[in-house]
Amino acid sequence: MNALNITKGTSSKSAYNLRSGHADLNERHTLAVLVANEPGVLARVIGLFSGRGYNIESLTVAEVDHEGHTSRITIVTSGTPQIIEQIKAQLGRIIPVYDVHDLTVEGPSVERELSLFKVSGKGEKRVEALRLADVFRANVVDSTLDSFTFEVVGSPEKIDAFADLMRPLGLSEMARTGVAALSRG
Amino acid sequence: MSGAKMVVQALIDQGVDTVFGYPGGAVLPIYDEIFLQNSIKHFLVRHEQGAVHAAEAYARSTGKPGVVLVTSGPGATNAVTGLTDALMDSIPLVVLTGQVPTFMIGSDAFQEADTVGITRPCTKHNWLVKDTDALAHTLHSAFHVACSGRPGPVLVDIPKDVQFANGTYEGPAKMKSHYQPQLKGDLDAITALVAVMETAEKPVFYTGGGVINSGPIASQLLRELVEATNFPITSTLMGLGSYPGNGANWLGMLGMHGLYEANMAMHDCDLMINIGARFDDRITGRLDAFSPRSIKAHIDIDASSINKVIHVDIPILGDVAHVLEDMLKVWKARGRKTNSKALKTWWAEIDGWRKIRCLDYAADSKVIKPQYALERLEALTKDHDRYITTEVGQHQMWAAQYMTFNDPNRWMTSGGLGTMGYGVPASIGAQVAHPSSLVINVAGEASWLMNMQEMGTAVQYCLPVKQFILNNERLGMVRQWQELLHGERYSQSWSESLPDFVKLAEAFGAKGILCSDPADLDEAIMEMLAYDGPVIFDCLVEKHENCFPMIPSGKAHNEMLLGNAAMKGAIDASGSVLV
Repeated sequence: MNALNITKGTSSKSAYNLRSGHADLNERHTLAVLVANEPGVLARVIGLFSGRGYNIESLTVAEVDHEGHTSRITIVTSGTPQIIEQIKAQLGRIIPVYDVHDLTVEGPSVERELSLFKVSGKGEKRVEALRLADVFRANVVDSTLDSFTFEVVGSPEKIDAFADLMRPLGLSEMARTGVAALSRG
Repeated sequence: MSGAKMVVQALIDQGVDTVFGYPGGAVLPIYDEIFLQNSIKHFLVRHEQGAVHAAEAYARSTGKPGVVLVTSGPGATNAVTGLTDALMDSIPLVVLTGQVPTFMIGSDAFQEADTVGITRPCTKHNWLVKDTDALAHTLHSAFHVACSGRPGPVLVDIPKDVQFANGTYEGPAKMKSHYQPQLKGDLDAITALVAVMETAEKPVFYTGGGVINSGPIASQLLRELVEATNFPITSTLMGLGSYPGNGANWLGMLGMHGLYEANMAMHDCDLMINIGARFDDRITGRLDAFSPRSIKAHIDIDASSINKVIHVDIPILGDVAHVLEDMLKVWKARGRKTNSKALKTWWAEIDGWRKIRCLDYAADSKVIKPQYALERLEALTKDHDRYITTEVGQHQMWAAQYMTFNDPNRWMTSGGLGTMGYGVPASIGAQVAHPSSLVINVAGEASWLMNMQEMGTAVQYCLPVKQFILNNERLGMVRQWQELLHGERYSQSWSESLPDFVKLAEAFGAKGILCSDPADLDEAIMEMLAYDGPVIFDCLVEKHENCFPMIPSGKAHNEMLLGNAAMKGAIDASGSVLV
């Protein structure tokens, strides 16, 4: 049994001890899935998640190589380490999936999300909203006499923080794109 | 060339000579082309589900993909059960469905259904072809995907205007696909496994349908490996026949209704070598008590099967035949070592479990015991060139326990999905593939009724399939669970108003045989075998027989119930929520 340094007669290498301990801890992973841009491919990916009971926190998709008919799907998901491994293996099994990258474990990566906020208000609240938007480097993409529409780009956490600040200042509507991510370097 | 003609040409170019199907409005152009040629024989079934199961058995008994042709809408939806069955059991199928014309898709046209949407989760892959020029390439891709890697069913949905329109045909040689699953296993992992095999004291091979799907060479290599190492071997329901049932190292089937010695060996082993099986819940029993002291190796061509349910120590991704070949090479190169002294002790322990004789049952001189019926069927047919299909339930487990499978591709059963109604069409598919062989469908009366319309197909094509029905006038497995789990409240689990099976056979133009006396059984079976045509054999058996051994839901491998065990309270509340 020395080939693997496995101690015989213990259950330390068997299935169940490995699951206990940290197995209940959910991890958040960002997956980049490169797919053939053909009809139904997004439905296959989403159907896999719903059919097998996996989580989707966010999902973005767009064609990234027009000539190669390749699209990139960025999925933020969460689950135990075993579930994450299973999600990657199941994604890899879909025929039009070319490649699956787990950006969370494959070295450093950058994650960005774009969001739009409509904030309605007058007087001091309106001024305060504009001041905070400046701090967050938000762009004003539309304005009326009683509302602003801000565009914020950043990590999901930054967008969450901006939403928290805007809520008491008259946040009336928001839209988020979900995360797009690339590995660094 | 028209799209419809391309379909027929692509099938011919893929070496297809047999299609199971049922015509309808949206596939008429293809049926017209089938009428105009002689290379492909079309078998007209009575229901589309029957076509898919027949194609499954054709595929399983030949190693070639099964081909199905059905119409849009209900034709496609009726095929869904068969597609799901084939997906669960990894059977290569190419299913062609007609579709309403492209310009009517989405308009709720007559016999329109979103076929690719409905079948997306129950196929390995599917395509809707909107352009006749893409049709040939798609069809060749369909065969490639169905047969490569872990096999499975694929579906090509072909709108009627695409069938009528003209386009350019291309042959299979031009087909390009990025889908090229890895066949060779990692040599370091294989070497690690061989090293553990050399010192293992209590090893066991646990084999599955993947060995059979890998082809006859895989079974041959497996036999060589078992003989060389003298390790014991057990198999799942799907893998029966890859190692001979009369082989010296054979422990019998494992799992919920597996043999005592097989399950005990799995529980107590120190090295488990899973070859092409998938740790199904019928196999593992209670997960946290599954083989607690073993090092586990898993050879599988599907990466998602590895570490799905059970964490393994030595994963090997690859085709079974390729990996076994390398295993043998490495093992021989390292000096053909095993821990023969420990193996001797291990075999002595196994022989002790064998002495339990877990398949013994109380014989009866007045009533036919189902086990006895299968023992006699086995004794009287084992020397025939024989293919066995089954339905789903107690009879299926008894067939697996009491019949012997010495070669691969001889045993067709619905494993993963557990589809009642599989057996009758499957017997037809196997008989079509092997016209001069003996094909027997071991059935229960309730399952058998689910697709009995296919007897018409058997009679039409002079297919001499033998329907061996163990008739207990019960949904036997449901009844058994109600006895064990639901306080003997037999809710809806008996077969009321059964047909007279002998008259039913005659109505179809087949032969009917009734047998209820153990003393007449041999003669009745011989009469069935002697008849050159389809037979419905109504074997009236003990109504309340239970299938043992049994690992109750929520229990471990070493907590099996044997035939004489007290039944009440065998499954506790936590087990009763499991299926």
